Amino acid sequence: MLGFASREQSALPGFRLTLGYVMLYLGLIVLIPLGATFLKTATMTWPAFVEAVSSPRVLASYRLTFGAALIAATINAVFGLLVAWVPVRYQFPGKKIVDAFVDLPFALPTAVAGIALAAIYAKTGWIGQFTEPLGMKTAFSPLGVLIALTFIGLPFVVRTVQPVLEDLEPELEEAAVSLGASRWQTFRRVLLPPLYPSLLTGFALSFARALGEYGSVVFISGNMPMKTEITPLLIITKLEQYDYAGATAIAVVMLVASFALLLIINLLQKWSQQRTRG
Amino acid sequence: MAGAISRLNRPPTVRRATHDPTWVRWTLTFIALAFLGLFLFVPLAAVFTEALRRGVGPYFAAFRNPDAISAITLTLIVAVIAVPLNLVFGVAASWAIAKFNFPGKSLLITLIDLPFAVSPVISGLIYVLLFGLRGWLGPWLNDHDIKIIFAVPGIVLATIFVTFPFVARELIPLMQAQGNEEEYAALTLGANGWQTFWRITLPNIKWGLFYGVILCNARAMGEFGAVSVVSGHIRGRTNTTPLHVEILYNEYNFVAAFAVASLLSLLALVTLALKSFVEARSHSLQIPQP
Repeated sequence: MLGFASREQSALPGFRLTLGYVMLYLGLIVLIPLGATFLKTATMTWPAFVEAVSSPRVLASYRLTFGAALIAATINAVFGLLVAWVPVRYQFPGKKIVDAFVDLPFALPTAVAGIALAAIYAKTGWIGQFTEPLGMKTAFSPLGVLIALTFIGLPFVVRTVQPVLEDLEPELEEAAVSLGASRWQTFRRVLLPPLYPSLLTGFALSFARALGEYGSVVFISGNMPMKTEITPLLIITKLEQYDYAGATAIAVVMLVASFALLLIINLLQKWSQQRTRG
Repeated sequence: MAGAISRLNRPPTVRRATHDPTWVRWTLTFIALAFLGLFLFVPLAAVFTEALRRGVGPYFAAFRNPDAISAITLTLIVAVIAVPLNLVFGVAASWAIAKFNFPGKSLLITLIDLPFAVSPVISGLIYVLLFGLRGWLGPWLNDHDIKIIFAVPGIVLATIFVTFPFVARELIPLMQAQGNEEEYAALTLGANGWQTFWRITLPNIKWGLFYGVILCNARAMGEFGAVSVVSGHIRGRTNTTPLHVEILYNEYNFVAAFAVASLLSLLALVTLALKSFVEARSHSLQIPQP
């Protein structure tokens, strides 16, 4: 039926073959395993599920994971805008290299980032040796989790804001200035509003990535239950104790949160596209 | 001479409205570079410094260790299986999505992106629940002596899952922008479907395809969380390179851990270099929009 509908619009061959293959591959690799995970929780009773996803230790891990992810995404929204702004607007030597380097967190394996951050912020590390005497414990504290999540989320904001910033028309700024606006007023009232959708999208992407992050966090966080244990680590801990139902229940809560975020991100991107087109 | 001419042609220096005062430019540039230095450059520099802390000898010794060699081999095997599978999928998905109209298309695009929204740990967990000893298919697999979890097939599956969207999401917008006209022309001139694909479509998308493959490969070789859940950490057998780094680090064998990590960092740097190269290349190839 799908094939029939398409034949009217496109004379190219291979529709059934490619779409059939895509559905098969998508089903086998993604949809069936994810579906099985949701089915697994259906075998639990409701009180057992609630117990598994809301014990004090699990709640503490949500607070840390969601809290640190939210703060990290906020830091990234501010500095990501700045990091996107500077190479677009200003000239300086090594600009191209700096711009390419922004994607490092995408390319660097998370375990490598994790051990590097742990080494830097440990008591004897490059930065840890200065912060520790000041009473700022970074490694093995929630602050360490925040540092790792900030590292991992930065490119999301830069790469969503940058193209919009490049496309801003200078005429608008010139008009604002000729009407007597100060540079700061121009930035607040003229430059920032068109950037909001992409800034929010970048914030949401960075937040979503931080929620699920594991590799870069576990080395620097210290993994103390109730204190520095993130939710993905708790899932692994439950699995290692053969508490499959408990691990799955927490995973389902995280999946629902992630899918809700994905929906929000899709809506934000649509809004963003409308703004740039209009 | 050329300098004199260009100086003559230079417009009078009027401060344009879109320019920030010098002190603002300097301050913002300084803050941005300091932030990038602190969060990106310092960790990268730390990897190489820690790896070479005891000199070149212990650094290279880390790669002669049999466990390290088998971990690197396994990482290569996993990438060699996972990347081509996702490449074929990406090309098929973008062909179906970009060249045809059908109901549910935007839902399909969202479903293809789904693995990016899933935590790496959960990406491993879903296969444990399916193929693990206590999973849905576990007892049957056990009876037939097929090992997926805590074995190489599980690692490959988890890697395919986390790298699933890379090629497809690069190609779909590219093919959509290119339209179907060139393919129609080829078909009209008597080419068959495969000829059209190999001679027309593939050359048009080659840079996008390459771009997707580099990113897919970097993630496949560097994946940690998902692989960690399904691997079982059996030394010499199911340890990938990132897992080997973890084991060395947890054993306080820091020089070896950072040495192997430096290899993965080099992979990341090569990936970034190739990525910028392709970006520059595709910009210069881009046809100006009307």
